[in-house]
Amino acid sequence: MGIVTAISLWFIPVLIAVILLYGTYKQVPTYESFVEGGKEGIKIAVSIIPFLVGMLVAISVFRASGALEYFMGFLKPVLEAIGVPPEIAPLAIIRPISGTAALGMTSDLMAQHGPDSYIGRLAATLQGSTDTTFYVLTVYFGAVGIKKMGDALKVGLLADLVGIIAAIVVVTIVFGY
Amino acid sequence: MVNIIWVCLTVIGIVFAMVNGTMSEVNEAIFSGAKEAVTLCIGLISILVFWLGMMRIAEDAGLLNKLSNIFRPIVTRLFPEIPHNHPAMGYILSNMMANMFGLGNAATPLGIKAMEEMKKINGGKNEASRSMITFLAINTSSITLIPTTVIAIRMNYNSASPTDIVGPTLIATICSSIGAILIDRFYYYRRSRKG
Repeated sequence: MGIVTAISLWFIPVLIAVILLYGTYKQVPTYESFVEGGKEGIKIAVSIIPFLVGMLVAISVFRASGALEYFMGFLKPVLEAIGVPPEIAPLAIIRPISGTAALGMTSDLMAQHGPDSYIGRLAATLQGSTDTTFYVLTVYFGAVGIKKMGDALKVGLLADLVGIIAAIVVVTIVFGY
Repeated sequence: MVNIIWVCLTVIGIVFAMVNGTMSEVNEAIFSGAKEAVTLCIGLISILVFWLGMMRIAEDAGLLNKLSNIFRPIVTRLFPEIPHNHPAMGYILSNMMANMFGLGNAATPLGIKAMEEMKKINGGKNEASRSMITFLAINTSSITLIPTTVIAIRMNYNSASPTDIVGPTLIATICSSIGAILIDRFYYYRRSRKG
C-alpha cells in the first residue's frame, strides 16, 4: 500500500508546482489571479456557517441526550452483519440528502473518534467519494424544468451505495481496521 | 427532506433528555455544538482560500480547458446521443473538470447549462433523456481529485497526516464513478428492451 500513501503525499505539492509553472509559461499574473480566486474561499467558508451551526447543534443534542446510543443499539447487529461500522450509518444515510449536514457529521465523527482513527478516516473518504444526489437532482432538473426523472434517482442512489462500499473496502485495505 | 431530519434529530434528542434525565448534557450540547460549527468554518477558510486561489490560476492559464480536451474522447463515448461539437459536450466537460478540482460553486452553473443544452437535444420535453440520466449519475458519484474541505477538517482536529486520505478517496471515487456508469447503462438497456 506504499503507492497509495506516496500518491497521497506527493499529489498536492506536485499539482501546485504544475499549476504555477504552467501559469507562468502562459503569462498569467499568477499572484494576482491567486488572490482573486482566494477571495471566493472566504465567501464560501462564511456562507456555510449557518448550515453547520444548525446541523451540529442538532447532532450534539441527539448524541448528548443518549438517543444516538439508543438507536445505535438497534442498528448495530444489522450493520455489523453487512460490514458497515454502526458509527458511520447516520453519515451514510444523510450524505445523499445534504452536503453541509454530512460535513457536520463528518467533523463530529472526527471530534469523537479522532481524525486518524478508522472511523475518522472512513468518514473522510466517504465524504470525498460520494455526492449529494438529492441536491444535484433537484437543482439540475429543477433549473431546466424536468418533471419526469426516469431512473435518475435510482441510479444516483445506487451509485452512492457503491461509493460507500468502495470507501469501506479501500480504507480497510489501506489503513487496516 | 433535510428539514424533517433536522427537526427529528433535535426533537427526539430533547424528548429523550426528558425521559433519560440528560437535560444538563443537552443544554451544554446546544452551545458547544454551535461553537464547534463556527470554529470549524473559520478553520476551513485557510485551505479554501489557498485552493480556490490555485484553481483560479489554473483556470486563467487555460489548464482546465486543456484537461477537458484530453477527456473529450472518453466522455463523448459516454454520451452517444450528443453530437461531437454540440455546446452541451463543452459544458459537460467543464462541469466535470470543475467537480474534479473541488470547485463545487463553479460546477453547478456549468451543469445547469449542460442540462439546458441536453433538453434542447431532447426536443424540449419535460422528461429526463438518456444523456441527462448519465450526466446526473456521473455528477452524483463525483470524481474528486483533492477533497479540500475534508483535508481542512482533518487539520482542524490535529490529524498527524491530514492528506493521507487523498489516495483512498481517489480510489473510492473512481470505483463509485465506474459503478455509476455501469448502473446507468444497466437501467438504459432495461428501458430500451421494455419499450
